[in-house]
Amino acid sequence: MPAITCIVNGTSTTMDVAPGELLADVLRERLGLIGVKIGCGEGECGACTVLVDGLAVLSCIYPAAKADGRQIVTIEGLQDDRHLHLIQQAFVDRSAAQCGYCTPGMILAAKALLDLTPNPTREEILTGISGNICRCTGYYQIVEAIALAAERSREGGM
Amino acid sequence: MPEEASVWDVFVTAASVADALHQLAGLQGEGRIIAGGTDLVLQAQRGLCPSRAMVDITRIPELDRIETRDGFVVIGATVTHARIAGSPTICSQAPLLAQACGSIGGPQIRNVGTLVGNVVNALPAADGAIALFALGAEVEVADLDESRWLPIAELYEGVGMCAIDPCAQMVTALRFRPLAAHLGSDFQRLARRRALVLPIVNVGAVVGVYNGCFTDARIAVGPVAPTPFRASEAEQLLIGQPVSDELIAQAAVAAASSARPRPSLLRGSPEYRTEMVEVLVRRALGNASAQAVAA
Repeated sequence: MPAITCIVNGTSTTMDVAPGELLADVLRERLGLIGVKIGCGEGECGACTVLVDGLAVLSCIYPAAKADGRQIVTIEGLQDDRHLHLIQQAFVDRSAAQCGYCTPGMILAAKALLDLTPNPTREEILTGISGNICRCTGYYQIVEAIALAAERSREGGM
Repeated sequence: MPEEASVWDVFVTAASVADALHQLAGLQGEGRIIAGGTDLVLQAQRGLCPSRAMVDITRIPELDRIETRDGFVVIGATVTHARIAGSPTICSQAPLLAQACGSIGGPQIRNVGTLVGNVVNALPAADGAIALFALGAEVEVADLDESRWLPIAELYEGVGMCAIDPCAQMVTALRFRPLAAHLGSDFQRLARRRALVLPIVNVGAVVGVYNGCFTDARIAVGPVAPTPFRASEAEQLLIGQPVSDELIAQAAVAAASSARPRPSLLRGSPEYRTEMVEVLVRRALGNASAQAVAA
């Protein structure tokens, strides 16, 4: 069993992982980060999206052994002690969650987008979340929420 | 699904190409190279990958580069689709490849999956491979004895069947000539939605125009045969002839006649897909030749 050390939500974490273990299972089962959702389990729906070194990846098909030395951010790592992250707050303010299962992945895909493209067009937002499937809201509120988060970020946060 | 979670028994990280090949040799037929793993993990979960030992090449620094060397654009084996789609070198020297890599999967897949993986999987639908066929790309295959460049078509032996021995060889890079100023290119893709689906038909085209006549034509088409292929009859119709909409339409008909699609519940009937080959080839040639004329 290889030992891996990675920084998960800002905290250095060392653990043994099985050679074939997947990152989503490690984050959920070992670290209790159950905001990582497993939807399809085969890299099609985006619910398991986490950030690895700032890039959105699908943790359900990402071997945990590959995470050695990487920085990982899950939905639990976005907010500080007192405040939601501004993307989370924008999702609340625009009612962009219905059942909520896709929401963590959707918000992390949005964060990856806004970190690279702080002032996205509607088309860029649609492309940014094109790897994430929502079966409730029809995406309208989600796109609005991401646009609102971008707007608030430009205005210097909330 | 913890009981399904262990998709293989060994996972080692290679420090160099030589190290990766030695590790493969040491695994005596049980090992296989992994880069992004976006296809390989699923194949392993479905019992479609016989190997139980993975050699990870994504920490090998020299494989992570896009560079211009000896008159070629060279793309290393661990370069992801997202890097290619966003690369200024690729966007200027082979824009159809940037288009193709930007249309694969969704952002998360493109951040992890590699173009070389797209080739080694040998699927006729692979968007990146279609662009590489149109670019006339070559593939660097390495084993413990040597490394050599092969034309990309030589790697394809059938649906999902790559000619390299995955237990003893690896692809280290791809290369192609940058598109000269008189060449235009385009990539066309028809799919049920714009992300996370395989194409119904995809087409890559590169054409050259000089004095109003086609000087070069390379048309690659998928997935309407067991492997991606070049529509050579259509290419021959174009070369030496004056650029016109009528000629492009004739070439598109010729390309469609080379298609041999199977019936597919996912992709539609052979008749539909053959007709769509004609439409996509016509559009790709129109866009590519407009670029070439404007240059």
